[in-house]
Amino acid sequence: MSEGRWQVGVDHGACIGSGICAGTAPAYFRIDAGKSYPVAELIDSDEVVLDAADSCPMEAILVKDASSGAVLAPEA
Amino acid sequence: MTAIDGEPRIYPFTAEQLRLDPLYAHLRKEEPLTRVRLPFGEDAWLATRHVDARVVLGDARFSRALSVGRDEPRTRPEQGNGGILSMDPPDHTRIRRLATKAFTMRRVELLRPRAQEIADGLADEMLAGGSRADLVEQFALPLPITVICELLGVPVEDREHFRVWSDAFLSTTSLTLEQVMEYKGKLWQYMGGLIEQRRVEPTDDLIGALVLARDEQDVLSEDELISLTVGLLVAGHETTATQIPNFVYVLLNHPDQLAWLRERPEQVAQAVEELMRYVPLGTAAAFPRYAKEDIEVGGVLVRAGEPVLVAVASANRDESVFEDPDELRLARSTNPHIGFGHGVHHCLGAPLARLELQVALGTLLGRFPDLRFAVPQEQLRWKRGMLVRGLESLPIEW
Repeated sequence: MSEGRWQVGVDHGACIGSGICAGTAPAYFRIDAGKSYPVAELIDSDEVVLDAADSCPMEAILVKDASSGAVLAPEA
Repeated sequence: MTAIDGEPRIYPFTAEQLRLDPLYAHLRKEEPLTRVRLPFGEDAWLATRHVDARVVLGDARFSRALSVGRDEPRTRPEQGNGGILSMDPPDHTRIRRLATKAFTMRRVELLRPRAQEIADGLADEMLAGGSRADLVEQFALPLPITVICELLGVPVEDREHFRVWSDAFLSTTSLTLEQVMEYKGKLWQYMGGLIEQRRVEPTDDLIGALVLARDEQDVLSEDELISLTVGLLVAGHETTATQIPNFVYVLLNHPDQLAWLRERPEQVAQAVEELMRYVPLGTAAAFPRYAKEDIEVGGVLVRAGEPVLVAVASANRDESVFEDPDELRLARSTNPHIGFGHGVHHCLGAPLARLELQVALGTLLGRFPDLRFAVPQEQLRWKRGMLVRGLESLPIEW
């Protein structure tokens, strides 16, 4: 598992505002006008963000290692 | 802050056919959080507005897990183990994640050709059989049942058995408590058998993958495994099988909208969203959320430990969100309905349900240009004593 800083993004073309991410990881996602937004785009690593990304039915959440750019979620 | 005096309202409100009780509209306007008393369990708050519904369903300060051990407000005698629907993160996330991947939109889209093939086969049989059929028996049930069976790895020829047992999970009063317990037990045992088979002979279907997650990674317990697979089988067909006839019933009663869709078959996905909004599938709000701390919702202070029910069908008719909410408008382009719920319990199978509903409507409209009711509407038989509203049978002709 990648430690250190992670980059979190939500693709608003794909997001349907299901609220799954904000319920799973309320510290990291909020829903506004039917779309999800990361609370911060750059965060310290936290497994729950990967859970949220992997729970998205639209695979709209992208989590990357900030230094290497490696994709951490969603799982392929 | 509104203080609510007096007796709670008796709930559920009326739920005849697909009509929504006008009391919901009154409550949205005057009393967005109201006290209700259900046939079983403690009194609850009922939220009727879209904005409040999303808070109660989406905010992590509301819990489903707290319902365990409480006398949950409900419409059926037994307070069953709700499986992942009675869990909160992180337990809920741990188990649901195992199935999520199979139901992402990307993965489900790969099933579209097969779903279309099944739908075409059913349409062929209906057409070959004459000019009249029962849409429920000959199309709406077999389509989602075949799809979910193939996905899970459940032999579709066992359908006649588990169809009967499945109803136990949706019954409020249609079955006796003894029948409910018996059928649930039988389905539980049946699924246990399928799981054991995979331990002897591994398979690459979803049940096979979940068995590996248990046996090799110990991600979930045996009970959780059976509960999840039973849940996937039941939820994986009952609701879609009920909605297909509901949608057809609504469209046949809105000839202008039906004509609009016939002229624009490419808009079927958008039409499905509007039908999801418009059709009140549930007979009543269910699965209350318990406040983990004091929270103000709809101008009312909900105290920690109090249960709140969400009237999804009412939220989907909220005039502050939807223009002319009581009108079916398939052309609606912005449609933030919560027909699949909201928050962590947002329907796991929503992408599959959407696909099946799109395929079903597309096929029916494409293959049956003169589709109509085969009996007067007064003779249609509606389900009774179930969590969902729907038709026992839908005789159609063409």
